Amino acid sequence: MKPWKSILAAAVLALASSTAAMAARTDLVVGVVLEPPHLDPTAGAAAAIDEIVYANVFEGLTRITETGEVAPDLAESWEISEDGKVYTFKLHTGVKFHDGTDFTAEDVKFSLDRARAEDSTNAQKGLFAAIDSVEVVDPATVKVSLKYPEGLFLYNMGVGDAVIVAPESADTNKEKPIGTGPFKFDSWAKGSSVKLSKVEGYWGDPVALDKVEFRIIPDAAAAVPALLSGDVQAFPNAPVGDALPQIEADPRLKVVIGTTEGETLLSMNNKKPPFDKLEVRQAIASAIDRSAVIAGNGTGLGTPIGSHMSPANPAYIDLTGTYPFDVAKAKEYLKAAGLENGFSATLKLPPPPYAREGGQVIASQLRDIGINLEIVPVEWADWLSQVFKEKDFDLTIISHTEANDIDIYSRPGYYFQYENPEFNKVIEELKITNDPAKRNELLGSAQKMLAHDVPAVYLFELPKVGVWDAKLEGMWENAPTQATDLTKVKWVD
Amino acid sequence: MAAYLVKRLLVGLVTLLAASIVVFSVLEIVPGDPAQLMLGMNATPEAVAALREQLGLDLPLIWRYLSWLGGFFVLDFGRSYTYSVPVSELIAERIVVSLPLAIISLILSTAIAIPVGLFAAARRGKAADAVSMGLSQFGVAVPNFWFALILIYVFAVWLRMVPAGGFPGWSAGLWPALKALILPAIALALPQAAILARVTRQALLEVLGEDYIRTARAKGMPWRYVLWRHALRNAMIPVLTILGLQFAFLLAGTIIIENVFYLPGLGRLIFQAITQRDLIVVEGVVMLLVVAVIVVNLLVDLSYALVDPRLRSRR
Repeated sequence: MKPWKSILAAAVLALASSTAAMAARTDLVVGVVLEPPHLDPTAGAAAAIDEIVYANVFEGLTRITETGEVAPDLAESWEISEDGKVYTFKLHTGVKFHDGTDFTAEDVKFSLDRARAEDSTNAQKGLFAAIDSVEVVDPATVKVSLKYPEGLFLYNMGVGDAVIVAPESADTNKEKPIGTGPFKFDSWAKGSSVKLSKVEGYWGDPVALDKVEFRIIPDAAAAVPALLSGDVQAFPNAPVGDALPQIEADPRLKVVIGTTEGETLLSMNNKKPPFDKLEVRQAIASAIDRSAVIAGNGTGLGTPIGSHMSPANPAYIDLTGTYPFDVAKAKEYLKAAGLENGFSATLKLPPPPYAREGGQVIASQLRDIGINLEIVPVEWADWLSQVFKEKDFDLTIISHTEANDIDIYSRPGYYFQYENPEFNKVIEELKITNDPAKRNELLGSAQKMLAHDVPAVYLFELPKVGVWDAKLEGMWENAPTQATDLTKVKWVD
Repeated sequence: MAAYLVKRLLVGLVTLLAASIVVFSVLEIVPGDPAQLMLGMNATPEAVAALREQLGLDLPLIWRYLSWLGGFFVLDFGRSYTYSVPVSELIAERIVVSLPLAIISLILSTAIAIPVGLFAAARRGKAADAVSMGLSQFGVAVPNFWFALILIYVFAVWLRMVPAGGFPGWSAGLWPALKALILPAIALALPQAAILARVTRQALLEVLGEDYIRTARAKGMPWRYVLWRHALRNAMIPVLTILGLQFAFLLAGTIIIENVFYLPGLGRLIFQAITQRDLIVVEGVVMLLVVAVIVVNLLVDLSYALVDPRLRSRR
């Protein structure tokens, strides 16, 4: 045999064996931008926690599916009393926590009581506000009594902040999370990666992956080569920005643009003159061309919105035409407000590109109607304390990424400083309504009120840019929650 | 020598104390509430207050300063607000990345810079001098993150010889760990080497103009011997000074490189801690860097005495 022939033969062999190895592939490296501060979803707001542990390590009574609907999880079924105030959950039996202890109704009671306790540091304590008492009927049945018929109760029980934890491990979940999910926690190299592995004898449908590593890659400049070199095989929220075409051109990778629950707003300080005048807010809304803001937001992707609701939500109504882009009309509104000569204001921008880059576009658009904006970049921690807490701002751009959060406009002291008793009435009614059709109707009128009153200019729904290996199946296209649900993910040829 | 050492150590301690006051008070002025940041936009005020109490943020300022300072003596730097593990543990995990990285780049930059500087000085005014100094000018001007990206695209994405970033940990074996550090070390070493080469050349040229060099040459000593034995040794003082400064810089200034290569080192830790208002971690790392700078300066001072016997007797 000539030397080149033997080299060729070796190469063919190597290729054949490597494809054989790939067919059996059961490991996955997932890229995430932010490192979680800790791994207990019931003790922190960071989306980075849910991104790793929700549905993978921890499970709740219910779960949120890819379409944003509520499905049974640890509770296999439930009954709701006539008045909507008592929920009786029937639990799955034979479920074990990763440390070997049994999951029973006692754990449910413990978790819910812990979350709503006086000294609780649950970031979404409000989710549990409706609960009056939790009662263990038998090891597989738990009865939750509510103070009022909370309309979103089943949904609330499916979010990351409401996952079920065990009393034995609750205090150490931050460092060593112990849940009931199909993956168990292996190790966490701080600043680098979190590793999970498959649970043998998992109570539900077994997962296809054996080993999962969440690798923390905070820098956009690092994320692109990590994907291109194959070091990372999936990036559910890829911070690729304008490198997107480069990734799309690579046949080994798949780019999937999905929706999120992130309404991106130009929020206004509704109590601070001149933004307390409806005409001024209407003028600003009419002066903004959403398509230009979207084009300038880093990726150029996003769906325009006209109120505080995701287009993926069944209750969504299209209100983008409430104040169409019209400079002449905007000037008329300003004149009606007695400010035909314009005014100056500040625009505080947190770090994400949608804010920093979108802010430039908005500032130039508002200049056309005589409003001069001074752009003030702020860090995330500053944004929270200056804008969110102390309400020391005129305008800001921010994405509200929680699902079902239209009630924020009715919260007293919330940073918009928007007060509308009519709106609050709708939200009050919504809270105690669980009939879906009636809920959608109420949500519709809430959306219309916000679209008309413009406490914030509704810009666009934040897109989810997912990039993963073309041979990977089962990754979520949309992000109804902040989780990276890997329970259905598998490699195919 | 001993008296000199004691004096230097005392000065070091006073510097540390002063630094601790500055670091602590500056970080207290920085706006942003760690508890609010951790719980986010939907947290109730009660939950934020409960967390503040848990973290000890509700205690008086002076009390917090004193207990933080007192902790130093037992190597207790407090607990991280965000990670809720001891700060010393976090630092220990990170320093095993940053310290080897700094040492490798220092070795690399010295190994490149000294011969280049020597070579350029020996051929002063010739084409070789112009070329090597031109290259070093380029090295000084190139931003290291840009150079790092070029290295990543060539060696990780295109040739796939090394990973594009990340660190597998020393437990993964010596070679995989070193492989992850090669590109960042080169990216860090290049600009350092460029500066060092220029300093070496300049210092050598000054020495070469001295009378004793002419004397050595006049008595027929070989050129090579003159260069190595007389010139280089006498030119070492400015080179060592720059080396000392560079080491401190390497340890602290890797923030950008550690981000580009997503290495879990001290630079990343401090960057992340600042954005998350994990003030106690920032304070701990900054104090560690202050200690490192003081120690390195002390070592540099001592090494002057090694290369220059006159300094030894004077002290």
